[in-house]
Amino acid sequence: MDAFWIILTGSLVALNGALLGSFLLLRRMSLVGDAISHAVLPGIVIAYLFTASLTSPFLLIGAALTGLATTWIIETLNQKARLQHDAAIGLTFTLLFAIGVILVATFAGQIDLDMDCVLYGEIAYVPLDTITLASGIDMGPKQVWTLGSVFVGLIILLLTGYRGLSLTTFDAGYAAALGFNTSFWHYALMGAVSLSTVAAFESVGAILVVAFLVGPAATAFLLTRSLKWMLLIASAVGIASAVSGYYLAFWLNGSISGAMALMTGAIFTLAFVWQMVAKRQ
Amino acid sequence: MNSLSQFLTLSDANVRYVVIGCVLLGISSGLMGVYTLLRKRALIGDAIAHAVLPGICIAFMLSGVRNTWVLFAGAVVTGSLAVYLVDLVTRRSRLKPDAAIALVLSVFFGAGILLLTIIQSSGNAAQSGLDKFLFGKAAAMLPEDLWLFGVVLLLVVVVLFFGYKEFKLLAFDKGYAQSQGIPVKALEMALSSLTVLTVATGIQAVGVVLMSSLLIAPAAASRYWTNRLSGMLLLSAIMASIGAYIGAFISYTKPGMPTGPWIVVVLSCITLASMILAPNQGVLARYLQRRKHRNKILQENILKAFFHLGEKRDNQALAYEMEVLRQQRDMPVAHLKSGLRSLVRQGALLDSNDGYQLTRSGLEAATRVVRLHRLWELYLSRHLNIAPDHVHEDAEGIEHLITPELERELELLLDSPGTDPHDSQIPYTQKDRNR
Repeated sequence: MDAFWIILTGSLVALNGALLGSFLLLRRMSLVGDAISHAVLPGIVIAYLFTASLTSPFLLIGAALTGLATTWIIETLNQKARLQHDAAIGLTFTLLFAIGVILVATFAGQIDLDMDCVLYGEIAYVPLDTITLASGIDMGPKQVWTLGSVFVGLIILLLTGYRGLSLTTFDAGYAAALGFNTSFWHYALMGAVSLSTVAAFESVGAILVVAFLVGPAATAFLLTRSLKWMLLIASAVGIASAVSGYYLAFWLNGSISGAMALMTGAIFTLAFVWQMVAKRQ
Repeated sequence: MNSLSQFLTLSDANVRYVVIGCVLLGISSGLMGVYTLLRKRALIGDAIAHAVLPGICIAFMLSGVRNTWVLFAGAVVTGSLAVYLVDLVTRRSRLKPDAAIALVLSVFFGAGILLLTIIQSSGNAAQSGLDKFLFGKAAAMLPEDLWLFGVVLLLVVVVLFFGYKEFKLLAFDKGYAQSQGIPVKALEMALSSLTVLTVATGIQAVGVVLMSSLLIAPAAASRYWTNRLSGMLLLSAIMASIGAYIGAFISYTKPGMPTGPWIVVVLSCITLASMILAPNQGVLARYLQRRKHRNKILQENILKAFFHLGEKRDNQALAYEMEVLRQQRDMPVAHLKSGLRSLVRQGALLDSNDGYQLTRSGLEAATRVVRLHRLWELYLSRHLNIAPDHVHEDAEGIEHLITPELERELELLLDSPGTDPHDSQIPYTQKDRNR
């Protein structure tokens, strides 16, 4: 049963990452996703200081706001201070992450936040923290419920906002001419990225979030030119990485998050070699 | 204050190692960062820093010892591999460099974490401290670490010095460098290798995540102060060492404070300050420049309004109320008021009971703007064959920008004309005629 919950958690992170990552990739913002996943740390720490819980909804909101602030800072540095885009990303997330680490060190006594955990998480502990109803029925791990609700929210966002999201992604000028608010969709997407990053933080750590944001989307991008197919293939690749990663980690007796991240790379390599061979013929 | 003097004089051996180590690392990464920034590869450092981890783990698994040089060798191998893979994926697929960097970074790091946990579960006693690479271990620097940092810095300085001209061409104009027969591929390899070496040493001080800051922040800061490569290199190295020194000091004053993050915070503050305060390219300087230009346009437009009013009445010595001016040229009252105030202060206008009136210098300035406007209109219609009713808008903009030299050129080209395309007089004051 533990294996089931762990794989389910990994798959939910993978699905969230694959769907959002596809849009990030097409908007050439993959590294912004990377930046957000690191930069939410100070938000988490500050919210944690107030709520003293890692699963409080305030923590999610606080950290998601930090994520939005991150994208805003990057845009401002890029446009107002004319700092080239990659440097703006690098400067922003390292500064915020450094502040986060310093905050953890400062309030070391009051925060039970393991820094290693922030980076690569402890997905193996997911099944231990379960929700039990008053009637005594075991509802399954808390993390699954959090990630699951983020996933449902994401599906609703995609179903209702598919046109706005895809149009503003492919042709912002045309979308604006049709009356779509491009910056609304930009921040909606960034908000979703921040939220799903934070939701996945405790269980899988920043690194697996980035791996799932980039790997499946990049693989799907090589295999298709249709957005709908890209979303579907990315989701499938994400789940496949989660499942195979779990068994790889089980076999090697190592970190599950690390193995899942490695598997996204392995599947990408297959797709990469395949498209190179296909091109040659 | 005992701690401060101890720190400043580096009398405590532990402090000495930390400070010297951080400064050495800061200088190498400050220098290399300039090139990665100029070549628009600022985040490649992030990919290398993450990719170093599996190399360190493999080197440890193969050798079984925690020797600085052995781990360093492993780090360099996987770091270089990461650079190669980012390049390969970008060249051989539709993926953009940013996606390739993010992909390589996360997969390599995942592999590194997997290996690290395998090592840890194997219970090897020597492995303790291996995970310090994640967040840096500045406080635990050893003399042999310093030797390594020194060797890398020396290598960086020597290579950059002897290849200065070639690297400069490569950084600013790769295509031209190629056409000049410069071995671009080899030079790029050299730069990548040096970057890998720098990152592989740097993560020991600030850790994997924060390494990219050491490459980006000082280089980005120096970019705001100068346009010269030599100046950038020098400034970047100086700022990086200052940042490293102050960061090390702050973490020294409080027990338990991490060194790496403080170095990053100090460096970022230096960069943000440069961004805002640097002359010419800073946000503040550019804002002031823009405001100055806006004020100049506003004032010249007000002067023009005076001139047009006077032209209609055939008398440039009349005074006008604000309302009259606004009827001549519509603009927000607040703008008009502030513009009038500055013109009075400059002595271009006289504030009398009847309203505002042009002084002699004001009339000269007003005449000049109107003249430039009409000269430009004439130029457009005569030499660019633009219909006379289409030239006004363009002249409205250009009249504020034409220099005296350009004005002379226009007069020569148009053969000192008397009237513009709308048959208005092209005005000159007595002073202009005496010229």
